[in-house]
Amino acid sequence: MIETRATDDMEPVEDFRARARAFLEATMPPLGDGWNDRSDERRDRERELQALLWQGGFAGICFPKEYGGLGLSQEHQRAFTAESTPYDMPFSLNVPTLGILAATLVEFGTHDQKLRYLPGILRGEELWVQFLSEPSGGSDLAGCLTRADRDGDVFMLNGSKIWSSAAYASDYAMCLARTNWDVPKHRGLTMFIMKIHQPGVTVEQIRQVDGTLEFCQEFFDDVQIPASDVVGEIDDGWTVASRLLVHERLAVGGGSPYTSGASFGHDGSGTDTTILDAAQEAGTTRDPHVRQLLAEAHVRQMVGGQLVKRVTEGMASGALPPPAGSVIKLFGATNVMRRSEIGLEIAGAGVVAWPADSPGVAGDLGRASLSRQGVSLGGGSNEIQRNIIRERLLGRPREAAADRDIPYRDVRRGGSAS
Amino acid sequence: MELQLSEEQDAFASTTRRFLAAECPTTAVRALEHEAAGFDRAVWAQGAALGGTSLLVPESLGGGCFSEHGLSDLVLAAEEMGRVLAAGPLVPVNVVAEAIAHHGSEEQHQRVLPGLLDGSAVAAWCGPAPVRATRDGESLVLSGRCSTVEAGAQADHLLVTALVDDQPTQVLLPADTPGVLVTPLDGLDLVRRFADIDISATVGPEAVVGAVGDAGPAIEHQGHIACVLQCAETVGAMDRVFEMTLEYLGDRYSFGRPLSSYQALKHRMADDKMHLESCHAIATAAARAVAQGSPDADEVVNAAKVWIGPHATELVQDCIQLHGGIGVTWEHDLHLYLRRVTVNRATYGTPEEHAERIARHLTGVTA
Repeated sequence: MIETRATDDMEPVEDFRARARAFLEATMPPLGDGWNDRSDERRDRERELQALLWQGGFAGICFPKEYGGLGLSQEHQRAFTAESTPYDMPFSLNVPTLGILAATLVEFGTHDQKLRYLPGILRGEELWVQFLSEPSGGSDLAGCLTRADRDGDVFMLNGSKIWSSAAYASDYAMCLARTNWDVPKHRGLTMFIMKIHQPGVTVEQIRQVDGTLEFCQEFFDDVQIPASDVVGEIDDGWTVASRLLVHERLAVGGGSPYTSGASFGHDGSGTDTTILDAAQEAGTTRDPHVRQLLAEAHVRQMVGGQLVKRVTEGMASGALPPPAGSVIKLFGATNVMRRSEIGLEIAGAGVVAWPADSPGVAGDLGRASLSRQGVSLGGGSNEIQRNIIRERLLGRPREAAADRDIPYRDVRRGGSAS
Repeated sequence: MELQLSEEQDAFASTTRRFLAAECPTTAVRALEHEAAGFDRAVWAQGAALGGTSLLVPESLGGGCFSEHGLSDLVLAAEEMGRVLAAGPLVPVNVVAEAIAHHGSEEQHQRVLPGLLDGSAVAAWCGPAPVRATRDGESLVLSGRCSTVEAGAQADHLLVTALVDDQPTQVLLPADTPGVLVTPLDGLDLVRRFADIDISATVGPEAVVGAVGDAGPAIEHQGHIACVLQCAETVGAMDRVFEMTLEYLGDRYSFGRPLSSYQALKHRMADDKMHLESCHAIATAAARAVAQGSPDADEVVNAAKVWIGPHATELVQDCIQLHGGIGVTWEHDLHLYLRRVTVNRATYGTPEEHAERIARHLTGVTA
């Protein structure tokens, strides 16, 4: 259990903040434009950044001490995050490795699993991903067709997963597979820790709209996983997956207590000046309409930051239930869409063409707009978040479902069903 | 509202809520529609006794609060009042009480504060837009118009901004000062009254609040307080409308199903919930920033005004749509809420004016 506020046996938050500030200034490189670069070089660089935090004694602020963390409160983590915004941080480790997978392991892992895996993660040596979505499934995660058949102390996995970020460059995954076909869909699933680079696992990279090759599809052919790598209980993997998704919403929304600094290079503090830069480049900063748009873009960031603070504090104190995380996720995604729209409006014709290799701010805004819906899809689509908010935050009724309370082997499936 | 309150704040909020439930149901708002004052002075005095007008005034002057900053307590009352649309000049009286308490002379303290604190007197804040002032010996000759002043026709005291040698100065006038002409206005809200005030009067040095030409920071702070209280009231109103709509969608059946089971409507409520929470978040941040005197108080207040006004009217209009035909009847209370949030959106600065202030801050240039 993470403390929301500092307790008396902890280092005072302001002392911690002062030490963090000095450390960051002395050690960490400044935040540059390349923070969102998805290249392998960048990923290796982020492993090094996490290692620097580990060496300086600032890794895993809210992780338990016995597994290599600092065992401090969310107040400490937020103080660190606030100080860290000018510096380059291990963003792609924050989401998903630290904020989602390590967070889930803290919650459900056995003592041995945590001892074995968490220190390596905190040292920046291991990248983790989640193997949840399947090619046939879309938003219906529990309709998982990847199967795990037990053979003594080993499970044998067969099937396929998709939309995992940078699986090819990662080390471990949490993989959801069906272990029981004779019970309704949510009750026959199990979560496994899977070593990615091992016999039987094939990883293929998927080319995205923006040209990147980060997302992957994996194919499993008789992949062997020891029973000791089951996370949580056998056939109770949905409980683990549900919490993993809560951690994901928090981490993507910028409210995870487990990240090393902010989830992204530009957090909700309003420091993202791309849109303002575009107006300056276009020479329109005195245009009354542009000024209204600039203000809106800025206010959206400020409101987003305050919303994250409110919801994460509320969730930590119990004033808000875990599904409240969907409010952050939905707000973050709709904010990206609207801010992108404002960016396009301000960039104007600058998004069309540019001198060779010099897209400028306007070109960047144009290119970024091509994949902006990604934020509204990954980690549960906006539509799913809206269902969660209405059904679980505001109360019933749930959507009608044709697969409830019947054995999964009898559920109708689409063309790709086996 | 802050999600976590201290014990004292929690007690204050629930006392206020109980009092308002008993004394200020929306039927009372409807009953006041044709009353010139737009509020019930006896009820107002009871609210004042609970702390509604004294939280921004130091204890030494008869005020006092529950937490470190009175504004953090007062927003709780404002939000509760918003939930029931309680009538009464909360913003102007508190703004003027704060101004007089912190910048007024001893004579002004004695003359003005007791009445405001016990609810027997009302004050109006005529806002930051100045009237002209010229010196005539020790006196000031004021001339100009203050437009759309909240509670202007109900007020016993008027706090007016004047430019003396181009420098902002605050002047406190008795409402019956010769040469002050108050013209009550009709308006959108059934009970919130506004007036135009034409001033052509000569006042002595005893009318000046603080030092001549020195009121810039005080006026800005007063504007912040007004916006923070108004935003809290608006968010309270949004909260209640959202609650009513959730109940309605659960109770009402069409085609054999509760309306709340239709995904198209569920998603609308999810979006409304998201916007409601975002308004709570930025309103709370603004209250905190102004209460604590943060250097970014102006920016956060501007952000709150930019964000909350349009989202409040949008949410209430959407909830009216979700109610169907009953939502556009006089009988249903929804229009009372819509009136209040629409008026709040456009008073103490429109969203566009506050956005322009943010743009100035961002770009470093003017339009």
